[in-house]
Amino acid sequence: MLTVNRYKCCYCGACVGVCPTCALELVETWLEVSADCKECGICTKICPVGALEVKA
Amino acid sequence: MKCDVIIVGAGPGGSMAAKTAAEAGLDVVLLEKRQEIGDPVRCAEGVGKRALCQMVKPEPEWIASEVKGARIYSPDGRSIVMSEDKSGSEVGYVLERKVFDRGLAMLAARAGAKVMVKTRALGLLKKEGVPCGITAMRIGEPLRIEAPIIIGADGVESKVGRWAGIDTTLKLKDIESCAQFLVYDPCIDDEYTEFYLGNSIAPSGYAWSFPKGEKLANVGLGIQGSRSRPGEATRLLHEFMKSHFPNGKVVEMVVGGDPCAGIIESATADGVMLVGDAARQTDPLTGGGILNAMEAGIIAGEVAVKAITSGKVSRAGLKEYEDRWRESIGRHLARSLEFKEFFVKLTDKDLNLLFGSLAKEDISKMDLPSMLRVLFKLNPKLLWDLRHLVV
Repeated sequence: MLTVNRYKCCYCGACVGVCPTCALELVETWLEVSADCKECGICTKICPVGALEVKA
Repeated sequence: MKCDVIIVGAGPGGSMAAKTAAEAGLDVVLLEKRQEIGDPVRCAEGVGKRALCQMVKPEPEWIASEVKGARIYSPDGRSIVMSEDKSGSEVGYVLERKVFDRGLAMLAARAGAKVMVKTRALGLLKKEGVPCGITAMRIGEPLRIEAPIIIGADGVESKVGRWAGIDTTLKLKDIESCAQFLVYDPCIDDEYTEFYLGNSIAPSGYAWSFPKGEKLANVGLGIQGSRSRPGEATRLLHEFMKSHFPNGKVVEMVVGGDPCAGIIESATADGVMLVGDAARQTDPLTGGGILNAMEAGIIAGEVAVKAITSGKVSRAGLKEYEDRWRESIGRHLARSLEFKEFFVKLTDKDLNLLFGSLAKEDISKMDLPSMLRVLFKLNPKLLWDLRHLVV
């Protein structure tokens, strides 16, 4: 599953723009991950701070 | 609730659209999902002076500093200097975006637009498949707003376009992963915007220092998404700080994704127009997007007025927006994209060669096209693929 390290996340929304399934939504400082996430990992690569990780 | 136009996102594009439409007498609602407009910042804040002043009269408090020009460093540390009036649309003023964005939203409010903060669009209302408003959440409470036109100015995260059937998803090669520190350092040049090129500094991107006055600067870098790894932008920025501003004190941190995709297939759907980052109208070469967003916002506002007046809000009715932004902003984007696609392929050795070839030329008064002509004359083999752009 996709995990968000909330202590690292700077809530910039770069991940939201690259998500192919529109599964991410940024609400102020809170990144929401919906059930549409396919764990493709694209968002983890773009994250400037490395707050996203796909964990088995 | 009902109105003529809903604008999602109170950045520079959304606010200019709201201002333009409200000034013409439309009933406008401008939504911002954050509780504070303009904060947190996701931008290096550089903007061309002349182009900004053509669209709006800047208040002194919007501007952190004014620069004389741009200094560009090659990977081996050679530099060239371009004066402000020749360096293009990201050089001139360094803004205080938190104040600037709120200032533009205020212009929209004064023109009569209703501004609603902490109000997040959740989806489009549709009648027989055609968008006719939005559902939203306002401070935790559901809200429905009906309007024949919705302008999506919702930035890099752009949802309005996707809800309307426009695929705005950015491929990794079409977005830069960026990190920036606000740095205090006595060695900062307060008079010049600086750009640092090099594949070890910022792969397929560049690092920058945009001075904000009194030895304070936005020091940051952007790297192409396809060459990024988790956390890479921040890691490289720490490296860059160590090598270039070892004594710099970091007083703020900013990160973000910057579209550098070139032209999207469509920025309109029935009842919907997209402006700014949402329409991927950022310059793919420089990453600058403020002025394009504002210009697109003005055009979208004007077209909204005509469409509401005539009752033709279908995609065909909004074609004037599509035509006008493509003619002005689009042409520029297409050219920048070709440059970007070429420059991201250059090695550090190539870049050093190009800079070295300019050593004996007086380029201080040249603009970008004339500098390119000189570069092409001196390095025809290396730049052969760009020959059609040299005019």
